[in-house]
Amino acid sequence: MRKITLSKAVNEALVEEMRRDENVFIMGEDVAEAGTPFKVLSGLVEEFGTDRVIDTPISEPGFMGIGVGAAMTGMRPVVDLMFGDFIFLIMDQLCNQAAKTHYMSGGKLNVPLVLRTNMGATRRSAAQHSQSLHAIVAHIPGLKIAMPSSAYEAKGLLKTAIRDDNPVVIFEDKLMYQDSAEVPEEEYTIPFGEACVKREGTDITLIGTSSMVQVCEKAAEMLQAEGISAEVIDPRTIVPLDEKTLVASAKKTGRVIVVDEGHQSFGITSEIASRINEKAFYYLDAPTTRIGAMDVPIPFSPALEDITVPTPERVFEQAKKLVSGELIDAA
Amino acid sequence: MQYGLKRSVRDSYVVGMVVWSEGLSGQPLPHCSTIKSAAFQPTGPLYLPSIFAKLSVLANVKGLLSHTKRFAMNKSKTKLSADDALRMFRQMVRIRTFENNANQLYLSAKMPGLTHMYSGEEAVAVGICEALLPTDKITSTHRGHGHCVAKGADFKAMFCELLGREEGYCRGKGGSMHIADQSNGNLGANAIVGGSMGIATGAALTAKLKKTGGVAVCFFGDGATAQGLMYEVMNMAALWKLPVIYACENNGYSEYTKTEEIAAGSITARAEAFGIESYQVDGQDVIAVNELSKELVERARKGEGPFFLELMTYRYHGHHVGDINREYYRAKSEEQDWRDNRDPIIRMRGWLVKNKYATEEALDELSKEVTEDAESAVAYALNAPYPDVSEVDMHVYTDVEHVLA
Ligand SMILES: Cc1ncc(C[n+]2csc(CCOP(=O)(O)OP(=O)(O)O)c2C)c(N)n1
Ligand SMILES: [Mg+2]
Repeated sequence: MRKITLSKAVNEALVEEMRRDENVFIMGEDVAEAGTPFKVLSGLVEEFGTDRVIDTPISEPGFMGIGVGAAMTGMRPVVDLMFGDFIFLIMDQLCNQAAKTHYMSGGKLNVPLVLRTNMGATRRSAAQHSQSLHAIVAHIPGLKIAMPSSAYEAKGLLKTAIRDDNPVVIFEDKLMYQDSAEVPEEEYTIPFGEACVKREGTDITLIGTSSMVQVCEKAAEMLQAEGISAEVIDPRTIVPLDEKTLVASAKKTGRVIVVDEGHQSFGITSEIASRINEKAFYYLDAPTTRIGAMDVPIPFSPALEDITVPTPERVFEQAKKLVSGELIDAA
Repeated sequence: MQYGLKRSVRDSYVVGMVVWSEGLSGQPLPHCSTIKSAAFQPTGPLYLPSIFAKLSVLANVKGLLSHTKRFAMNKSKTKLSADDALRMFRQMVRIRTFENNANQLYLSAKMPGLTHMYSGEEAVAVGICEALLPTDKITSTHRGHGHCVAKGADFKAMFCELLGREEGYCRGKGGSMHIADQSNGNLGANAIVGGSMGIATGAALTAKLKKTGGVAVCFFGDGATAQGLMYEVMNMAALWKLPVIYACENNGYSEYTKTEEIAAGSITARAEAFGIESYQVDGQDVIAVNELSKELVERARKGEGPFFLELMTYRYHGHHVGDINREYYRAKSEEQDWRDNRDPIIRMRGWLVKNKYATEEALDELSKEVTEDAESAVAYALNAPYPDVSEVDMHVYTDVEHVLA
């Protein structure tokens, strides 16, 4: 099968959906001629024109609000937020407006909007351009959250998001834009709420989101060399969460590590771990543990930044301890 | 018109000020590049753009006086001492030299991440910061090296920060986008566009409440005028007469987009809507910027603020050092024109020599000194240690040494 980059996969998804549905349009900073700083949207304005690929001023709450209003009245905006960190600027429009409109209207109004943004550290961009803030929006009922782990997921999940009648937030890892993966030529979508078992195993389950799937896969390889069989699962969407697949795997292996690039405390890892504890407790041979980003703002210096994010080595060490029955101090 | 009258009284404060109306033609303020031939005739390094003088006459005749004043320095009227003039020149050269070295560090892959060059905009930071005391506050932007140098920072600690070393101003935690010498009143460079507008205004509130006589300057780009926060804080600053100066560095672009595509109407008119006295200034003319800043800073200290400046300037490099192929949004000829005909350092240099404040040789010597200073600071920083990994969980809270211990 052909391989394309994650960036190209996103681009293809948008092209296909914009050709399919004339109500789909893109709005954000430097999305048109520049095709975003990451060049993900290159070529779109040439095909669809500036009415459907709209450059905005640096007014995140403003264009997010305009997106919500357009979505409520017949359009299907894909709002481009240049860095995930800027989600803090649009919290009211996203969480008080988009997320609640359907509910507050008794089901009579919809907000079919996609917010495309990114996440991920180690780009030497310091504390305001490196955060992974998906847990913060996952906390708000009414929003769906997708986290593609490769080009394949990026395309399929984005197409589903655009067709969804709810507000959906997609977090792409900005360090993965140039990573290639197999993506079929023919059209496909990936349903929300269906986890993907990336690798089957019997001794321990590694649940990873976004780029942490790669981290888990690397750790699984290292574990295999030690005779430990690890299963790797990618939930693909955090909301809705495919609890069934995760719990079934936990019951099978009896040990689980959840890996995510958000801060470890009060995050996605805690949520998933507690669901596993609630639903699979009597099948577990070890406490379900979490590996998230360190609970500190992301530092600039490479010497510090690199130790704040989960690594295959850390997952590997933790997995070995869980399998060998060593007491884990997971704090 | 009553307001207009009050204004004209105030006008007499400012040496060499030109009132210029954008209302005359019904057009928005022209971007610098469109006023090139008028504003930058080679009649001397610093001069009064004649077209604006004419426009102001017409504006007066027609009674179309806008609140916005276009300010340019008439060289014959400056009271600048040789010391002050040379210090401003040196500071501009220091910024340019810092940036050239930073760019080299990026190109040779010795600098982590990306950085945004201030080259071309030196007269803005220097003209304003030279009007401030070390205790006055500034807030800076992602394009913040210039503000940092101008507010008194040292090369060594700056290069260390740029390279993520322990001896950097932020102990390597901030990097290029957060670089700041806090001890000189720099409250930080902000990587959120417009993110510091509340901070600067808050610093001005402190100065007012504590009666320190201090002033705060908020540096931000033309792109940042699209942030709603700006309008909220300008309203409060005007209501409460806060000693804050909003300094909009209009370099014609925000990232890869021309300012006229992202800013409707006039930028200064927005501040004027709050009753804030506003000026449009030639940001390549360090003396003009400085004379006006000195005037406004003193008035702000007396409770006559806030003020708003739109400084017309230009960035020579791409949006960041990695923005190299940029002809799709900006012509090479335009860049060259600014470098050749509107460079703030070349203009100041010509002015210094012409007015016999310095000889060409003395200025060459000065530049050489700065270059050597920068080179030794770079060499020092390249060999300086990174912070110990144990620092990673320090400084999260003021009262917890290691938050993860
Ligand atoms: C809130 C926010 N939105 C977007 C960005 C991305 N960004 C960084 S710099 C920049 C352009 C800023 O333009 P301007 O304010 O004119 O400053 P300049 O870079 O020209 O100095 C943008 C869009 C950001 N850092 N923060
Ligand atoms: Mg700008």
